[in-house]
Amino acid sequence: MNELRDLYQEMILEHSRSPRNRRVIDEDAGDVHHADGHNPLCGDEVTVYVRLEGGTVADVSFEGSGCAISTASASILTETLRGKSREEAEEVFRRFHGLVTGTSEASEEMGKLLVFGGVSEFPARVKCATLAWHTFRAAIEEQPADGPVTTE
Amino acid sequence: MTLERFDVEAIRREFPVLHQEVHGKPLVYLDSAASCQKPQSVIDAIGRFYAHDYANIHRGLHSLSERATHQFEAVREKVRGFINASDVHEIVFVRGATEGINLVARSWGSRYLGPGDEVLISAMEHHANIVPWQMICQERGARVRVIPMNDRGELELDRLAELVNDRTRLIGLVHVSNALGTVNDVRKVIEHAHGRGIPVLLDAAQSVPHSRVDVQELGCDFLVFSGHKTYGPTGCGVLYGRQILLEAMPPFQGGGDMIRSVSFEETTYNKSPWRFEAGTPDIAGFIGLGAAIDWIERVGIEAIGAHEADLLDHALSRLDEVPGMRKIGEARQRAGAISFTLDGIHPHDLGTILDREGIAVRVGHHCAQPIMRHFGVQATARASFAAYNTRADVDALIDGIHVVREFFGA
Repeated sequence: MNELRDLYQEMILEHSRSPRNRRVIDEDAGDVHHADGHNPLCGDEVTVYVRLEGGTVADVSFEGSGCAISTASASILTETLRGKSREEAEEVFRRFHGLVTGTSEASEEMGKLLVFGGVSEFPARVKCATLAWHTFRAAIEEQPADGPVTTE
Repeated sequence: MTLERFDVEAIRREFPVLHQEVHGKPLVYLDSAASCQKPQSVIDAIGRFYAHDYANIHRGLHSLSERATHQFEAVREKVRGFINASDVHEIVFVRGATEGINLVARSWGSRYLGPGDEVLISAMEHHANIVPWQMICQERGARVRVIPMNDRGELELDRLAELVNDRTRLIGLVHVSNALGTVNDVRKVIEHAHGRGIPVLLDAAQSVPHSRVDVQELGCDFLVFSGHKTYGPTGCGVLYGRQILLEAMPPFQGGGDMIRSVSFEETTYNKSPWRFEAGTPDIAGFIGLGAAIDWIERVGIEAIGAHEADLLDHALSRLDEVPGMRKIGEARQRAGAISFTLDGIHPHDLGTILDREGIAVRVGHHCAQPIMRHFGVQATARASFAAYNTRADVDALIDGIHVVREFFGA
C-alpha cells in the first residue's frame, strides 16, 4: 500500500474533496481566457479559466469533475499559478510534467507540487495529473485551439 | 462433448496467465468483456502451426501452403458449425467485430444507402456500431436514428413501430451490451424488421462467448464477433452474412486474394467470402480461433453460460451489500458484465487501487459514451466474467471495494 499512499498523498485527497477555485471567471472581468480539456481515456472534462493582467496570471479557476488525481491537480494548479507570469507558468508546467512523468528530478522549489511525485509510478494516471495543466496552457495560447485539448 | 460437471478449477488450470501474482496478490481477472484470456490449447495451436505448417494460403502449390490453406479453411467450416450458418461461404474472416461492421457499412452501405435513407441503431451501441454508420450515412446523405432505452438499461422496443419507416434500410443492434450487460430481445427486432423487408445486423461480440448463438434460429442477416473475446487470439474475427446479401455486395478492400483476374483495364472479383478478404490475413490467429472454438465446444457453451449466470447472481447480491453502490444497468435480462459507480469515488481511483489488490476491472466509458451520458456519469467500473472466474473472484472484488472505501474514508 506504500506506493498508493505515495500516489494519494493526504494533500491530494484533501484537495480532491474540497477543491480550491472551482468556479467560473466572468468573461466581463477583464482579459479572461478559457479552454476545455478532455481525457478520452476516462471521459473526464475540465474547463480552465484564466484572467491575465499585463502578462501575469491575476486569477485562475477551473470547472469540471474527475478522479481524485485530476481534481487535486487542477485545484493545486490554481493555487500555484496565480501571480505567475506566462514565462514562469510555462517553467512550472515543464517541471511539473517532468515530475509526474519521472523524466526530471524533483526540486524543493516546486513546493506543494511535490505531492504529485508518486504519479510517475503509475503511468496510466499521468494523464489525470496533467489534464488541467495542458488545458491551462491552451487557455493562455495566443492562438486559441480549434476544439478541446486532449491528453492524447 | 460436454464435461460431466463444470469443474472450474480444472478449467483454471488450462489458463496459464491466471496463475500469477500482481502487486503481491493473486491475480483476479474480471475484464473478459474487454478481452478474454486464452487456454493453453489455443496458445499451443498457434505455436504448433508456426513451428510445423506455416506458409501463405490460397497461393502456393507447395505442401506447406496446401497444409496452411487446408487448416485455415477448416476453421471457416468450424465457425460455420459454431454459429450454425447454413453455408460456409457465409463466413467472412475479418480482424474483429469492428472491422466486420465497417465492412458492412462500407460495402452494403455504398450500394443500398441513398439520400434521406435511415439506419436504425440503439442507444446502447458500442462506438463500433455507431461511428461506421455515421461515416457512411454522412457520405450518402442518409441519417442514423436511435432506438431509445429506459433507466434500467432496456431498449424501448415498443417504439419500433414508430421508428421503422419506409426509409429504414438497415437495423444494427447489439445483442448483449458490453457496458450494461443487457441482453436485448433481438428476435423481436428481427421479426419486426423482416416484416418490412429490412435486414438486421447483430453485434454479437458479447454474446457469442457466453451463449449459444444460432444465426438461422435468430434469423439475423449479418452478425459479427471477435476472436479475442471468444478465448481466441487478437486480430481475428468473423462476419456472418446471408449469402444472397454478400453476393450482391461490392468488395470492401482491394488487393490480392479478393480478385478473379486483374488487368489494368478491368478487374473481376472473387466470390464471397474471399471477395472481402484482401491481402494475407492473420492466418495463425484464425488457426487459434479454431482451437478456441474446439475448447468452447469441449467445455460446452451452455455450461459456460450457466456458470457465468451463477457468478452474476452472486455478484449482484454481494454488490448490494456495499454502501454507496450504484449499478449502471439493471435490465431484467442480463449477462455477465456489471457496471457500477461508488458514491464519492471516481472509477479511475477505484481501478488503480483494485489493481494494487491484484484485481483487474475495466474503468472508463467502455467505448459507449452515449450510454454514460444517458446515466449521467463520465465513467463506470465494470466487472465481467468468463468460464475461468469463480465465486471467490467475486468475493475478492467485494473485499477490494471495501479496501477502496476505507482508503478514501468513504
